[in-house]
Amino acid sequence: METSDRDTTLATAETVARHSHGKLVAFLAMRSGDVTAAEDALSEAFAAALSVWPSKGCPANPEAWLLTVARRKLIDQIRSRHDGPGSDELEALAETIGEIAEDDIPDRRLGLLFACTHPAIDAGIRSPLMMQVVLGLDAAQIASAFLLSPAAMSQRLVRAKAKIRHAGIPFRIPNRNELPERLEMVLDAIYASFAEGWIDAAGSDIARRELAGEAIFLERLLTELLPDEPEVWGLLALMLYAEARRPARRNSRGGFVPLGQQDTALWDAEMIEEAEAALRRASGAGLIGRYQLEAAIQSAHVERRRTGSVSWRAILSLYDALVNLTGSPVASINRALALAELEGPTTGLEALDEVSGDPRIGSYQPYWAARAELLARTGASREAWQAYEIAIGLERDPAVKRYLEMRQADLGSDSLPQGR
Amino acid sequence: MQYLLTLYVDESGWGKMTPEQQQQGAASYMAYTEALKAAGALVNSNRLRPSATATTLRVTNGKTQVLDGPFADSKEQLGGYYLIDVPDLDAAMSWAGRCPAAQHGVVEVRAIWAM
Repeated sequence: METSDRDTTLATAETVARHSHGKLVAFLAMRSGDVTAAEDALSEAFAAALSVWPSKGCPANPEAWLLTVARRKLIDQIRSRHDGPGSDELEALAETIGEIAEDDIPDRRLGLLFACTHPAIDAGIRSPLMMQVVLGLDAAQIASAFLLSPAAMSQRLVRAKAKIRHAGIPFRIPNRNELPERLEMVLDAIYASFAEGWIDAAGSDIARRELAGEAIFLERLLTELLPDEPEVWGLLALMLYAEARRPARRNSRGGFVPLGQQDTALWDAEMIEEAEAALRRASGAGLIGRYQLEAAIQSAHVERRRTGSVSWRAILSLYDALVNLTGSPVASINRALALAELEGPTTGLEALDEVSGDPRIGSYQPYWAARAELLARTGASREAWQAYEIAIGLERDPAVKRYLEMRQADLGSDSLPQGR
Repeated sequence: MQYLLTLYVDESGWGKMTPEQQQQGAASYMAYTEALKAAGALVNSNRLRPSATATTLRVTNGKTQVLDGPFADSKEQLGGYYLIDVPDLDAAMSWAGRCPAAQHGVVEVRAIWAM
């Protein structure tokens, strides 16, 4: 077999595994509630795919192929176990699987997402659980996002999955009175996954790029199921605005291009139209929320496409509202940058000082990058150099790192600390 | 699925209540039990004698140790239970929330391990 064919097969397998993970897990675990067993069966099916597909070729419907194999593994697993009502489970499984045609696997992911937000599950593990079970991130990736060791994260995820199964937590969209709070958790997890995918600006890492696409796909599904929830539309708009700019985020040499310098002709106009429509739909409900505000800020930036300039006045008032609503230090940092555009870098720095006491800020790259940028504009080049140094140290994206190093070098030799 | 709702309450509370309050309290449990029956959710339910009447046993090296009193020496004691049969945890939690014990104590919801 040619290497390139093998690579193509592997890439297809990766894509299908990523795309179908949540859908197949949700479907296989729907009746039994046994997410762990569904995941195990699916990973065995995936391993089988990796050994069979390269020699026999990819099946016409890879998802159905994985489902068939996973189902067989699941049945074997249940038969070999003695801790439960095996025959009932087999019946339930047969029933579940009997009711569908293989090329039309129903999407139960939202039910599973909402199960992960159940109040009977420890609040701290709900987001990680959604990211693993539905979006297929591994424990190590999630652990780093939540500042926990992979071992501790795995242990807590295992425990949460056991709870879903043994306590009988249902896979369904909650009642109206519980919906707002639980919906917020689902939206946060979808956005966190999108952000994981967004980090890889060039889209060279297939798994990450898929993650952003998956998050948008899930969000679209959510707008179909909950069309009257403004924040659902707000988050869809926010992600579409961001995704629309993907082609402009790096130049032809792979270098980072800041938002204000991006070539607006490279933005995806169609996606922006869809984002605008989603945002209009959200604001029609007259109920403001975090994601609608963030989307509105994106919309104001995107205006540059038509007018050639950005209304910092509008952006500042949106950030004011966002800071009031969420109290988030991240919003405060961006507010300080908007303020600097209107009233100069010194005023911006003063606003930035107000959040510097927040313990979360010290290791937050955007704070140091913002600080460095504003200090450089005031001419305090030594302090700016120092702030860039910290920002560079905190950045994990090589392109952004290079950009910051370039900005730091632009400060000139006077900015260097003594002895450098 | 079957769930056991165990009711933990401060036992000293009952004695401090006026006869009318006690009557009201008993009536609210009866109404709750009736509601469970009417919904077809009740499997079984009982109120327990006070924990002071409990006897706790443990066999160590073949020797039975007997303790006069409850296993856990806490303020809130197991006072009774409801065994219910409902579709899922949401339904079980909704019944647990309506239980009078949730007002003056706590209700623990545990799924039955089906054999």
